[in-house]
Amino acid sequence: MDKVTKTELDNVVVRFSGDSGDGMQLTGTLFSQLSAILGNEISTFPDFPSEIRAPQGTVGGVSGFQVHLGSSKIYTPGDDPDVLVVMNPAALKVNSTGIKKGGVIIFDADTFNKSGYEKAGFKTENPFEELGISETVQLIPAALSTLTQSSLADFGFENKIVLRSKNMFALGLICWLFNRPIDQAIHFLQTKFGKKPTILEANVKVLTDGFNYGNNLHLTVSTYFVERSHETPKGKYTSISGNKATAWGLIAAAQKSGLQLYLGSYPITPATDIMHELTARKDMGVKVVQAEDEIAGITSAIGASFAGCLAATNTSGPGLALKSEAIGLAVMAELPLVVIDVMRSGPSTGMPTKTEQTDLLQALYGRNGESPAVVMAAGTPDDCFHFAFMASKIALEHMTPVILLTDAFIGNGTSLWKLPTLAELPEIKPNIVKAGTEDYKVSDRDEVTKVRYWSFPGMEGFGHRNGGLEKDYNTGSISTDPINHEKMVNVREEKINNISKSLPDLKIEGDETADLLVIGWGGTHGHLMSAVNSLTKQNKKVAIAHFNYINPLPKNTVEVIQRYKKVVVCELNSGQFATFLRSKVPGVEFLQYNKVQGQPFTAHELEEHFISLLK
Amino acid sequence: METVESTKIQYTAKDFKSDQYVRWCPGCGDYAVLSSLQKVMADLGIAPHETAVISGIGCSSRLPYYTSSYGFHTIHGRGGAIATGVKVANPRLTVWQITGDGDCLAIGGNHFIHSVRRNVDLNVLLFNNQIYGLTKGQYSPTTKKGFVTKSSPFGTVERPFRPAELTIGARGTFFGRLLDVDLKNAQTTMLAAAKHKGTSVVECLVNCVIFNDGAHGWLAEKEFRSDRTIFLEHNKPMIFGKENNKGLVLDGFNLKVVTIGENGVTEKDILIHDAACEDTTLHMKLSLMEGPEMPVALGIIRDVADETYDEAVEAQILEVQAKSKVKTFDDLIATCEQWEM
Repeated sequence: MDKVTKTELDNVVVRFSGDSGDGMQLTGTLFSQLSAILGNEISTFPDFPSEIRAPQGTVGGVSGFQVHLGSSKIYTPGDDPDVLVVMNPAALKVNSTGIKKGGVIIFDADTFNKSGYEKAGFKTENPFEELGISETVQLIPAALSTLTQSSLADFGFENKIVLRSKNMFALGLICWLFNRPIDQAIHFLQTKFGKKPTILEANVKVLTDGFNYGNNLHLTVSTYFVERSHETPKGKYTSISGNKATAWGLIAAAQKSGLQLYLGSYPITPATDIMHELTARKDMGVKVVQAEDEIAGITSAIGASFAGCLAATNTSGPGLALKSEAIGLAVMAELPLVVIDVMRSGPSTGMPTKTEQTDLLQALYGRNGESPAVVMAAGTPDDCFHFAFMASKIALEHMTPVILLTDAFIGNGTSLWKLPTLAELPEIKPNIVKAGTEDYKVSDRDEVTKVRYWSFPGMEGFGHRNGGLEKDYNTGSISTDPINHEKMVNVREEKINNISKSLPDLKIEGDETADLLVIGWGGTHGHLMSAVNSLTKQNKKVAIAHFNYINPLPKNTVEVIQRYKKVVVCELNSGQFATFLRSKVPGVEFLQYNKVQGQPFTAHELEEHFISLLK
Repeated sequence: METVESTKIQYTAKDFKSDQYVRWCPGCGDYAVLSSLQKVMADLGIAPHETAVISGIGCSSRLPYYTSSYGFHTIHGRGGAIATGVKVANPRLTVWQITGDGDCLAIGGNHFIHSVRRNVDLNVLLFNNQIYGLTKGQYSPTTKKGFVTKSSPFGTVERPFRPAELTIGARGTFFGRLLDVDLKNAQTTMLAAAKHKGTSVVECLVNCVIFNDGAHGWLAEKEFRSDRTIFLEHNKPMIFGKENNKGLVLDGFNLKVVTIGENGVTEKDILIHDAACEDTTLHMKLSLMEGPEMPVALGIIRDVADETYDEAVEAQILEVQAKSKVKTFDDLIATCEQWEM
């Protein structure tokens, strides 16, 4: 057997791409999990088409899954892949702009034929030449369909069923390429198909054959090895998606506060997985109502909040638009409510499966009247847990709706998550009226924090009438008194502003002494950190401030930003956070770096831009 | 499950009155319904703090301010969804939803049919005056075709909803109807609605003295009321009239009014009302009766037992919890595929 060379890499990006029915999500998930178990840092991102099943072999039906493995801190699923696995020519076509020089492409040779090229829209019968990459990448052809068929020849399955296992052959091959023992993959398959022994046996057989096929390839392909990470803090880890982490953050907050968790929800891409996760958690006592529409999702949650629950609703941009009147009611009634917006590309239906940060101004201002609400944003898949927990804590302790912005990128993407225990999470003390309080009124509030005291049906002695009409500051009765109204407007505003006192200070990372400050918020955290860290390694001075709390802002925001000579706000919209900061931070010229393509930043493009600003 | 029965207190209507000044137009039918409701709340014997009154927007939706229970005056049309959240959050509460023909059947139509379909245990008082009052006189989804209003100066060209049809069409388990001024029967109907488990829809025929005075005048007039309405109760014969000698019988697939003692008709020929019958055919026929040939049906038209949504939600949670090993957040964390790093 030829000796294949083994290259050690600090980090590597692998993308699996095929028809939406080819099982690329499963293949990618299994490969990333087994890499994580072997000690790598991981970050993954699935990329689905909007169509559930577009015509086979066409560009519209290509579904992808990307994973970034590393032996040091990994912030993002990576820019362009080092290794690309394509199940058909359409998948090659879709990924044609992002193939690295010297990268590897593994392709299913059985689908690379005339009909495949035509369906994918190639004009010639040599797609690699047509794309101009035949000389710059290493090609590993494997007749995945034929090989899988011969692997399962003895099983007597229908051909259609046999071909479903094609992805396992690819996984076996990838395990070989990365010097991964396949035992762990077999273990995963046992968990997944344990109840169907024949299917399990078939998948294990194909996986093993794929691995051995690689071993027997007498090719001069170098295999890769990514050493385990030693930078990751010690502890128990799992890999978690942002949407699942969000759901679990709410569950943790309900347990910590001792309240019933209620979710009112209406299905919408890419937010629905939060509902799926919560409705499956009846063991944790979660009550989920799949409502008749977005409005009922939030209004039923407001009803549940009125009745004493930790209440939440989840949605995406168009749904947030439908919920705006109800958010105003929660502002006016001063009820705790968590509104999660997993942002996607807009306006209108836009590009539902694609990521964007274009709902910020809607979250801040999209309501009638002077209607302040808390707005915050999670930065990575795993910190969706922390911020969903904190959104609940702030809502319950400050009697206000809190809008938590995540996005399709971090909602669907996964990252490593250090498993928490309930005990180590901060306390949550809902502002419930103290027993024995006499002559309680709906308008009673803490004179310092301005937070209204909460009482709910079932509590004797605290019956009250709440609603969307303006209330008298002292009696809580409805009032149209002009001076009182202005006072109430100010009190509601002050209550929100007061929250900044309990927020962590804005932190500067990178080189604090730099002239250039990079500002980001929410789900761009990973790409911005990658770019800044890479520049730091090149001895280029760049500082970064990443925001998770937007309204109110951390209390040191103005002071920190004013320290820098050059400030650039990077976001996946046309400049919404920059606009907001201009209204809050005087005397600073905010430069902008914007991208509105339904795609995350790449670390590379950010790096290039920052270098241009340093000149 | 806790019950409030253990400390049963005798309440009076006064216990359910708030300190707020009631601000409806003098002569508005809503006063009568409010006072009937407070009497019924007292008769139910459920404490004010175990009662929640939820409303949307409109004249009738001001009602929660006037009861001493927990009340929530919300946004236009959403009362049904908000009340659903309240009841699912805490099924031990008695929840009343106060709504009008615009709030419930126009802007809130979707929430209305879905809360009825789910059979959430709500008592819905649908104040139907066939007009928008608070916005000063536009036609509503129940305004009679051709009626002249501020938004239909040449008469409406729209076909109105009939709330009973909509309720039964949405698989409602309870439909009742009351007339604002007919206090005793109104209270009987409301009490039955409150005792019914599931969504009870009570169409309250109320008069708007300002914008639609006399909308229900034909049947409300005291002199003719007993001839023009029939009060339906479960298991009782469908007899009505000033002389108590008129009744309903089946004539083929239709209902027909007959007079006892004429043409050999005896009391035995008169239909007995079965409100608990699952089949909706006769309930629909009864609820859609109109004058002048037929009396308008009041009282308890449909009252069918079925599982409620809020109970089903809790029951499923208990069922899953009984089987699951995951009891706490830390148990949940333990279910993760996990590894040491």
